[in-house]
Amino acid sequence: MIKFEQVSKTYPGGQQALRKVSFHIEPGEMAFLTGHSGAGKSTLLKLISIMERPTVGQVFINGHNLNKIHRRQIAFIRRDIGMIFQSHQLLMEKTVFDNVALPLVIEGYSRKETTKRVHAALEMVGLRDKIRSLPIMLSGGEAQRVGIARAVVNKPPLLLADEPTGNLDPKLSMEIIRLFEDFNQAGVSVFIATHDLGLIARMKYRSLTLKQGQMITDGLSEDWDSSESKAYDF
Amino acid sequence: MSILFKGRSQGAHSSKIGMFQRINMFFVSHVRQALGSLGELWRAPLASMMTIGVLGLSITLPSTFYILVKNAESIAENWQQASEITLFLRKDTQSKDASQLVTRLGLWSEIDSVTYIPAAEGLIEFQQQSGLGEALSYLDENPLPDVILVRPTSQNTAPTAAKLLLDKLNRERHVEVGKLDIKWLERLHGFLSIAKELIYAVALLLFLAVVLIIGNTIRLNILSRRDEILVMKLVGATDAFIHRPFMYTGMWYGLLGGLMAWFAVLLLLWWMGGSIDALTAQYAKNFDLTGLDVTSLIVMLGLSIFLGLAGSMISVHKHVRSIEPK
Ligand SMILES: Nc1ncnc2c1ncn2[C@@H]1O[C@H](COP(=O)(O)OP(=O)(O)OP(=O)(O)O)[C@@H](O)[C@H]1O
Ligand SMILES: [Mg+2]
Repeated sequence: MIKFEQVSKTYPGGQQALRKVSFHIEPGEMAFLTGHSGAGKSTLLKLISIMERPTVGQVFINGHNLNKIHRRQIAFIRRDIGMIFQSHQLLMEKTVFDNVALPLVIEGYSRKETTKRVHAALEMVGLRDKIRSLPIMLSGGEAQRVGIARAVVNKPPLLLADEPTGNLDPKLSMEIIRLFEDFNQAGVSVFIATHDLGLIARMKYRSLTLKQGQMITDGLSEDWDSSESKAYDF
Repeated sequence: MSILFKGRSQGAHSSKIGMFQRINMFFVSHVRQALGSLGELWRAPLASMMTIGVLGLSITLPSTFYILVKNAESIAENWQQASEITLFLRKDTQSKDASQLVTRLGLWSEIDSVTYIPAAEGLIEFQQQSGLGEALSYLDENPLPDVILVRPTSQNTAPTAAKLLLDKLNRERHVEVGKLDIKWLERLHGFLSIAKELIYAVALLLFLAVVLIIGNTIRLNILSRRDEILVMKLVGATDAFIHRPFMYTGMWYGLLGGLMAWFAVLLLLWWMGGSIDALTAQYAKNFDLTGLDVTSLIVMLGLSIFLGLAGSMISVHKHVRSIEPK
């Protein structure tokens, strides 16, 4: 589903964020991306959603080389990727309904279909009753769940999340991760960047670790021994 | 259709939806966006009014001048058609001789009609038009000669033919001098064409200013909605989709500015109407001020909508592109 081949990224300022990163995430897989602050997690996700381009190397989604995607096609690529951000990126002056409906409006769905899908997406994240609220009226966890509803409302085959549990308490974080698990059960590939190791440790998922832009471990989180998890400190 | 995932449908391109429904949805979404943009204008009425005002006035000015020159031209055309030769008779001509001459001239094949204005009548008319009134009655004798107005047939109104006729008339015994005044007509035409060119130049500059003003207004609009544009790009909006509401805003500016200009021209011409009537009555009988018809309304609206769209187009292409999620 996602394949990196010897990808390096150097920012215009000279900061090398990724060095020769290679990995492959299979369709239908759920995986975590971890690493210390500044390790290059966000950069890696941005290369998948084409918010940044690699300096060297190739990124593939479903076998398509993203280097060959023209600027004008980027919008259509993003319609296949549900993205979730730490700062949920909601439109503050629009209602929850309008926020979740945005991808559908952009894709030109009919009013009827839009309403149906928005209701279904909000049902999944348990926020049916907040449909007419504005984002400022929501708690952090609720706003995050609205962001998730927006990411899945057009049923993308791939979900990317950058610190989705960033400033949520452990219980709420777990709820969010359970949501991702549900989508994964439904066949969606899920890739989550986080530095909440405690969260990952409790689950049996593949986890990729970055250290100063290099991929240092790639394996099941269960298999970690204590020396490896001490390879970096947060 | 998705680029990355074969068979995954994106939105309205789903195969379940028929052709008719798709076209219908396309229009519904455009109408919705157009009304949305109008609503945006309504929400900031003062700023919108100012932009519309600038646009309206910038179109009003050249339009008014254009209509005036256009009408002056059509008056001048009338004059050329009815170009007259004025014959001033010798002071010692008896009225009997004069009327004989009038009858004779009436038979000439080159001449359409002849009007005789005896000196006394001429004086009365002069008294009325000049406003000198009573002052003229203190004169010992009438200073004006008898006058015959000769209107050539249409084949003889062209400058050369009219000149030949004038020479022939000048050879008449009782004619002191004949005058065929084409010079001033030529001067008038020259003046009108300069005026027209000047109007075109001024209009061009004003239109350019309008495009820049609208472009700048839209630029501020875009910048104030930067966050929204970022989010829209993140969830897969194309540039064209993001451009649309701004283009509609430009269109509304154009439409409303054009309407305002039309009303302003109407008002101006109505206000000047009295003096224009008095002026034209002296020269042409059946003269109507033209330029307030449906065609001119359509031209003005079309022009201002075009300017509005041009301004917003330049702006969106330049600024929406530079807003990219990072
Ligand atoms: N737009 C940019 N321009 C220049 N340098 C950047 C840019 N974005 C990130 N960097 C640098 O690249 C490196 C990796 O940044 P990145 O945001 O990918 O880290 P991260 O792993 O997401 O960190 P965090 O956990 O704090 O979010 C950092 O050293 C950062 O300073
Ligand atoms: Mg980050």
